[in-house]
Amino acid sequence: MEETVQLQVQGLIKRFGNETVLNGISFSVHKGEVMVVLGPSGCGKSTLLRCINGLEAADGGRILLDGEPIISGGKNMIRMRQKIGMVFQSYDLFPHKNILENITLAPMKVQKRSKQEAREEAEQLLNRVGLWEKRNAFPRQLSGGQKQRVAIVRALCMHPEVMLFDEVTAALDPEMVREVLDVMLELASQGMTMIIVTHEMQFARAIADRVLFLDRGTVMEESTPEKFFSAPQTKRAQEFLNTFTFEKPNH
Amino acid sequence: MQDLDISILFKGINFLRLLGGLWVTVRISLIAVGLSIPLGILFGMFMTLKNPIAKGISRIYLDFVRIMPQLVLLFLVYFGLTRAFGWNLSNEASAILVFTFWGTAEMGDLVRGALISIPRHQYDSAAALGFTKMQTFYYIIVPQTFRRLLPLAINLTTRMIKTTSLVVLIGMVEVLKVGQQIIDANRFDYPNAALWIYGVVFLLYFFVCWPISLIARKLEERWR
Ligand SMILES: Nc1ncnc2c1ncn2[C@@H]1O[C@H](COP(=O)(O)OP(=O)(O)OP(=O)(O)O)[C@@H](O)[C@H]1O
Ligand SMILES: [Mg+2]
Repeated sequence: MEETVQLQVQGLIKRFGNETVLNGISFSVHKGEVMVVLGPSGCGKSTLLRCINGLEAADGGRILLDGEPIISGGKNMIRMRQKIGMVFQSYDLFPHKNILENITLAPMKVQKRSKQEAREEAEQLLNRVGLWEKRNAFPRQLSGGQKQRVAIVRALCMHPEVMLFDEVTAALDPEMVREVLDVMLELASQGMTMIIVTHEMQFARAIADRVLFLDRGTVMEESTPEKFFSAPQTKRAQEFLNTFTFEKPNH
Repeated sequence: MQDLDISILFKGINFLRLLGGLWVTVRISLIAVGLSIPLGILFGMFMTLKNPIAKGISRIYLDFVRIMPQLVLLFLVYFGLTRAFGWNLSNEASAILVFTFWGTAEMGDLVRGALISIPRHQYDSAAALGFTKMQTFYYIIVPQTFRRLLPLAINLTTRMIKTTSLVVLIGMVEVLKVGQQIIDANRFDYPNAALWIYGVVFLLYFFVCWPISLIARKLEERWR
C-alpha cells in the first residue's frame, strides 16, 4: 500500500441544534486504503460521510483531500465533490432519466465531457457490473440491487479519487446484497480509496484495511479488522459486536 | 314522431348555436386555466415556505376556496361586488375572476404537492455528483415536478370546463342555455326535442373533455 495520505479528518465537530453529533473526529485514509466505519445507530456515521463531501457544513475541525480543505459551500466545493463519489442507502437514481442518462448526466453537464465519450465509459462500466443490457431501462424497471450497482457506476464515471458508501445494502432484500458487495470488493482490489459504512460484519471484516469504531460522535477505536473483530479494546465495541451474535436459548 | 325530432339539430343554425354556447364555457375555462397555472405555480411555491405567516395566509385562502361552493363565489362577485363597490364587472369577467381564484388555489395545492414529493435524496445525490443548485433545479427537480404536474393540470382543465357551466346562473348564454332556448322555441313543432338537444350537449361535453382526459392518462402512464 502506498503511504500517501489522501484524506485527512482533523478534530471534526458537527452540531444539530444543541446536539453535538460529531465531537472531534480525527483520522486519515491513505491512497488505496479501505476504511470501514462501524458504530451503533445514531452515532454519526452518515453525518461524518455527509461532512466529508460537504453536504453538511462542519462546525469545527478540518477535512483535507490531497491537502486541500473541503469547506461546505466553499469556492472549490464543486471541484472537490468531483473527486469524491458517494452512494447512499436510499436508491437515489433520477427517475426521469434512463440508466445511461443517469450515468452520463454529471460527466456531461458538470465535467463538460462529450456525450460520446461519456456514453462509451458508461457502457464499459455497466458491462463490468453486469448491467449493460439495462442501459436503456428506467430506474423503476430495476431491482434494488441493480439500482445500487448503477448508483456506484454513476459515481465512478466521474473518476473520483475517494468513494463513500453509506449503508448501500441496508435497504436491499438479502439475496441482492451480495451482488452489490461484490462490486465493492472488486473496486477495493483495484485500489480505490474507500470509506464504507456498513452493518454487514462479515463483509466489513473481509474488505477493511482499517476499522474505525464510532460511538456518540467520537472515535472509540481505530484498528485492523483482525484485531477489532477478535479482540475489541473497548467495552462499547464489545457490546456493539455482541449485538450481531446470537446464542441458542436454553430451555 | 320521436325519430323525426332529430332533425331539429339541422334546422337553421341550431347546431352552430350549440357549438357557440359550448365555446362560451370552454373559452372561460381556458382563460381561467391559463391564468391559474402561472399564478398557481407562484402560490404553490409560496405554500412551501416555512414562514408561519405565509402558511397562515395559504391555509385561509385554500380553506375558503374549498369550503365555498363556486356558485356562491360567482354570486358574491357578480352581484355582491357590483352592489358593494359599484364595480361594473361583466358576467364573463366575473366568471373569469372567480374561476381563476378557484383554479389558482387548486393548482397551487398541486404544485406544492409535486414540489414536496421530490425526496431530499434527489437533491443530495445531485449535489454529491457536483451539480450546482441551479443545475440541480434545471436538470433534476423541475423535470420531475413538471411530469407529476402536467397530468394533474390537465385534469384541472376538464374539471374547470364542467364547473364553468355554472355561469348560466349569472346570465351567460352557454351551451345548456342555448339548448333550452332551442327547445322552448320549438316546443310545438318538435315535442321531443329535449332528448336530442340534451343528448347532443352531453356528447359535446364528452368530446371536449374525453380527449383531454385521455392525454392526461397517457402522460401519466408514460411518466410514471
Ligand atoms: N439533518 C439533521 N437534523 C437534525 N439532527 C440530525 C440530522 N441528521 C442527523 N441528525 C442526528 O444526528 C445523529 C447522528 O445521525 P446519523 O444519521 O449520522 O447517524 P448514523 O450513525 O448514520 O445512524 P444509522 O446507523 O441509524 O444510519 C442522530 O441523533 C440524528 O438524529
Ligand atoms: Mg446512517
